[in-house]
Amino acid sequence: MAGSDAIVLEGVWKYFGDYPAIRDVSFRLPQSECLALIGRNGAGKTTLLRMLGGFSRPAKGAIQIAGTNPRETATRKAIGIIGHGISVYDELSALENLRLFAKIYELPDAEKRAAELLERVGLWRVREGLVREFSRGMRQRLAIARAFLHQPTVLLLDEPFTSLDDRAIAVLQSLLAEAAGRGASIVMSTHQIREAMELATRVVLLERGKLVFTGPRTPEMMTDPGWVYAHYGDKG
Amino acid sequence: MLNQILTITLKDLRSEFRGKEAINASLAFSVVVLLLLNFAFDTTADDNQTFAGGLLWIVFAFAGVLIFNRSFARELPNDCLDALIAAPIPGPALFLGKTIAAFLLVFGVEMISLPVFSNFYDVRILHVIFPLVGIIALGTWTMAVVGVFFSLLTINIRLRELMLPVIFYPMLIPALLGAIQITTALLSTGHIGENNEAWVRLLAGCSIIFTALGIALIDFILVT
Repeated sequence: MAGSDAIVLEGVWKYFGDYPAIRDVSFRLPQSECLALIGRNGAGKTTLLRMLGGFSRPAKGAIQIAGTNPRETATRKAIGIIGHGISVYDELSALENLRLFAKIYELPDAEKRAAELLERVGLWRVREGLVREFSRGMRQRLAIARAFLHQPTVLLLDEPFTSLDDRAIAVLQSLLAEAAGRGASIVMSTHQIREAMELATRVVLLERGKLVFTGPRTPEMMTDPGWVYAHYGDKG
Repeated sequence: MLNQILTITLKDLRSEFRGKEAINASLAFSVVVLLLLNFAFDTTADDNQTFAGGLLWIVFAFAGVLIFNRSFARELPNDCLDALIAAPIPGPALFLGKTIAAFLLVFGVEMISLPVFSNFYDVRILHVIFPLVGIIALGTWTMAVVGVFFSLLTINIRLRELMLPVIFYPMLIPALLGAIQITTALLSTGHIGENNEAWVRLLAGCSIIFTALGIALIDFILVT
């Protein structure tokens, strides 16, 4: 395996019952690159991201993140995830939530980092407020703060911009740009191709669990969001 | 790892005391059942000593399930369980943290129910309070280990509140039998007695085996 690959998948299969949700998927993502994982509903994007995040094991094949198994403790310290849920506790305050995850990640400067992130996402003023009393936008911004709390070097984002309000989108874009600037590798599954192509350096297209295209982002993909589907996707 | 266990325990206790969903239900259930049974049967203090162990542990086991049900279910809103699985916390640390929290909550309910039981049923407990509390702690830990493990196992089942008791009680039969025998001996004779030592070993054995199994299997359940 190349030492500079942040993520390596080799012949990965995943079944739900008898149904193969992921079929023999292989690709590599070099360090510091951003991968847009695209495909129609049910193509297997979330299943693939969940395996990358260590939530589920492949039935066959191997996944390595920074050269190790995604379930290794050191690897998990390097991964940041934004999934479909906000993954913060309603009955805790914003500060308590970030303190909790800072302790779980064993961050040396937990209080300082939690305060920095709350300031950054505009929630410092309401840090003692319970999350259950927060508006939807505030909860989304807290979820973003939680994902970036430990300064991950591999970011796995599942539809990160879906249903975010404008302020949360701005916060996420700024944190993503900062992460990319310090060399983080990013995998982003999305339906919003235009936004994804602005960040992506590489593209993977999945169809019914199979990888049908992988390669660098090209200028055509920037100008026509449907270009990848039109040239490599299932015409049916 | 000890810090992470403590972090999870404190998080669960804080969450529970903010909402008080499980602990209120468990405490109310425990006290109401003790009260109702006291009125349902016209028994003497001597009769009460002979069925005290059984009555107490049935109440504790049913009240406990209300708390164990919530152990992993409280991670479901907002997909918080995903955040914990993705975090660098070992599965056994997560399991032990949650088990300690559930144990403390159920043990608290039991310690409030115990004087209620003593008062309603006219059973003296003060002369055996230390061994009695010790046996209750050991039995409760066994229940907590099994309850929290099955709480994770049933987390994605639609009727998990019904499924947990169905698999929880049969698994606990040996431990509950031991706890009932020892508690009855303590409350009726004032000591455990030599002929009940086998029950103590059975209860301790169940506690150790279930704890070890939970620690060994938790990662296979968390990551599918």
